[in-house]
Amino acid sequence: MSLLTIENLSLSIHGTPILHDVSLSVAPGQILGVIGESGSGKSMTAFATMQLLPAGAACTGRISLSGQDVLDLSEAQMCALRGNAVGMVFQEPMTALNPLKTIGDQVAETILVHERISRREAMDRARDALARAELPEDRFPLTRYPHELSGGQRQRVVIAMAIALRPALLIADEPTTALDVTTQAQILKLLTRLVREDGMGLLIISHDLAVVADMADEIAIMQRGRVVEHGPARTLFQTMQHPYSRALLAASTHAPDRDPVINDDALLVVQDVVRSYTLPRKALFGPPRVIHAVRGVSFQIKRGESLGLVGESGCGKSTLTRAILGLEQVQSGEITLGGQPVFTGHRPNPQVRRRLQVVFQDPYGSFNPRHRVGRLVTEPFHLSENPPQGAARAAAIAEALEAVGLTAADQHKYIHEFSGGQRQRIAIARALITKPDLIILDEAVSALDVQVRAQILDLLADLSDRFGLTYLFISHDLSVVRSITDRVLVMQLGEIVEQGATEQVLDNPQHPYTQQLVAAAPRLPEDV
Amino acid sequence: MLRYTLTRLTSLILSLVAASVVIFAAIEVLPGDPASVMLGVNAQEDTLAALRTELGLDQAPAERYVTWVSGMVHGDFGVSYTYRTPVAQMIVDRLQVSLPLALYALALTVLIAFPVGIWAASRRGSVADVSVMGLTQLGVAVPNFWFAMLMVLVFAINLQWFSAGGFAGWSEGPLLAIKSLTLPAIALALPQASILARVMRSALLDTLSEDFIRTARAKGLTRRQALWRHALRNAMIPVLTIIGMQFSFLLAGGIIIENVFYLPGLGRLIFQAISARDLIVVESVVMLLVFAVVMVNFLVELAYAFVDPRLRVRR
Repeated sequence: MSLLTIENLSLSIHGTPILHDVSLSVAPGQILGVIGESGSGKSMTAFATMQLLPAGAACTGRISLSGQDVLDLSEAQMCALRGNAVGMVFQEPMTALNPLKTIGDQVAETILVHERISRREAMDRARDALARAELPEDRFPLTRYPHELSGGQRQRVVIAMAIALRPALLIADEPTTALDVTTQAQILKLLTRLVREDGMGLLIISHDLAVVADMADEIAIMQRGRVVEHGPARTLFQTMQHPYSRALLAASTHAPDRDPVINDDALLVVQDVVRSYTLPRKALFGPPRVIHAVRGVSFQIKRGESLGLVGESGCGKSTLTRAILGLEQVQSGEITLGGQPVFTGHRPNPQVRRRLQVVFQDPYGSFNPRHRVGRLVTEPFHLSENPPQGAARAAAIAEALEAVGLTAADQHKYIHEFSGGQRQRIAIARALITKPDLIILDEAVSALDVQVRAQILDLLADLSDRFGLTYLFISHDLSVVRSITDRVLVMQLGEIVEQGATEQVLDNPQHPYTQQLVAAAPRLPEDV
Repeated sequence: MLRYTLTRLTSLILSLVAASVVIFAAIEVLPGDPASVMLGVNAQEDTLAALRTELGLDQAPAERYVTWVSGMVHGDFGVSYTYRTPVAQMIVDRLQVSLPLALYALALTVLIAFPVGIWAASRRGSVADVSVMGLTQLGVAVPNFWFAMLMVLVFAINLQWFSAGGFAGWSEGPLLAIKSLTLPAIALALPQASILARVMRSALLDTLSEDFIRTARAKGLTRRQALWRHALRNAMIPVLTIIGMQFSFLLAGGIIIENVFYLPGLGRLIFQAISARDLIVVESVVMLLVFAVVMVNFLVELAYAFVDPRLRVRR
């Protein structure tokens, strides 16, 4: 008998249809993976199950949870169900916890809301729940506040809250998307263990096929509010029929055709770079604390080469990027581009700066919404001494937009008129317009859906072939790095621990940290 | 937490020192010397000379500054030139009106604003929300002295529940004193409550859309429980900031209301002292108000740390 049965669920919000005839089921002890791109309705299916829908939402169909029809229940009955019969884990652990309450209080609250027991008893059970989520009290006392924990640890607190009452069903909405690969692997392992121990059903939502392929028993693929493919995880990849699922799978493993021409001269030379930060003293007269963000890093990028830089958050990637861009002065060592230093005196060297451009991760936050695209892409011209004017400027804008697959007419539009993938194309156009030598791609495809990501990777490969561009490709996603880079650097705690040809490093990692990263990376079954 | 308090305390002392220098210098740079400013253009030479000696103007400025500051530290604010009474005594007298009035008005402000703001936020977009916010708009727009006059008309003249002005004094028992402060306190509180209610509502709406509210709801809390247990405390930081600013305003900014109700408060004292060019009183009262504002800000910052554990560990 099924634990959760969703039958012909349709959902509209203020009259706009979101879900169409969605049918899914989860049995006790079973893991159902729901996969889809953003906007496919996978999260809305979860929120409909919890009845935590936005205002104006209307559901039809049937959602049956442990024999109760959720759509027939009153709000009070739903409150009794939420957290008790069904727990939920969210995507963003950094904001999912109340910053003003201790983790013990927040876990105990789940219990106190549903059971009439003393606070002391609730705290005891919160302690057990946290321990089951692998936050033992001796290392993580209940009196800790969320800001004292890392992202992975916070996600464990959220999980402890969700499982404190041993619910029959757990819903996890992109639980590891915001986490590093090694942390992701640990969290997924923890969820699997809890499911197996408690015989709990798990509905796990992800945009990443590989994340779900490893752990799920059943997989459902959603597109535009519909379930288009559904089957056992073991065989689904071989038997999938729907063109969308096939396209999704192809995009997940997509590697662009590249034909790089690598010159022998070094374009960017980073030599013994050190950057540390002084933190405020902990005690009034104690010594100031120092963080060594980058400790003695040296490497080179050859002209025409694509170099990958991988490492987990906090490893010093961002600091190094900022130093290369001349946004941050280094304490010792030197960074040169084509033989010229990035920093002269205490100021960035404008001669070098205009030959460097950057594309950031977030296609939504990195544009001023009040400027038209034409103005946005010409922003780097402020670095030039003689920026083109009039017809030459218009030609430059048109050329840059056309190079990334948009049209010259798009320059008159505002940024909100474009999708995430198109915005990332505009960001690339903005980087191209000064015809730079080196483009730094800082997690430039991490926020994109797999199909869009595949298109952007193709575009990047094509641009580098056509214009002889050099890339420094920073990413936490090893599969992306594998598909677009020639060489790779692995960074840990401010140092480069391994470097070499991409294939070689990823297939045969030598350093224990690289081995750990490669092992933690989720992957699709071999026979796909 | 100790470190946080100490840093705040240091910045409090530095602010006070800076303010005292600025106030002292402002009076110092007036054209002519303070004695001639106080006595006006037609003063006799010997009266001027006498006042100069009385004010210590024959000493060097640095010396006078030190005397002034050390006097204040010991509670000696000098003697008013116009009233011939110690300034300290005058301030104490006036504070007996102004401080209770400010506290009374602040209490009313909070008592009105909190429920209204919370109520409006929990019914966002409803008729109740829109009409309450319309009313607060009116409260912000209408000047407080107009409320004051309206209330005098209704409650003092027509209904005769309250007297139209004056202060009964504390010697007759607290009830009478509080009664004579009630209309002024309401007049002061209404615009402030409107502002605070709007701040409360928007701060609450901001926190209600946070991820952790969704987490709380997923745990099984009702909408109301999530608001009271999780949103309210998170919304307190902007609200506390405004409350601090409002208290400073209420303490010093009641001049018009004090005039409407004939209350012998600090605002009227400073107004009269400026008209009479009694610089000794002006200097001291301004310094006292600065002290009050800085002190309130210090308390507000301590309250921040009490509300938000993240601030306790930071600098």
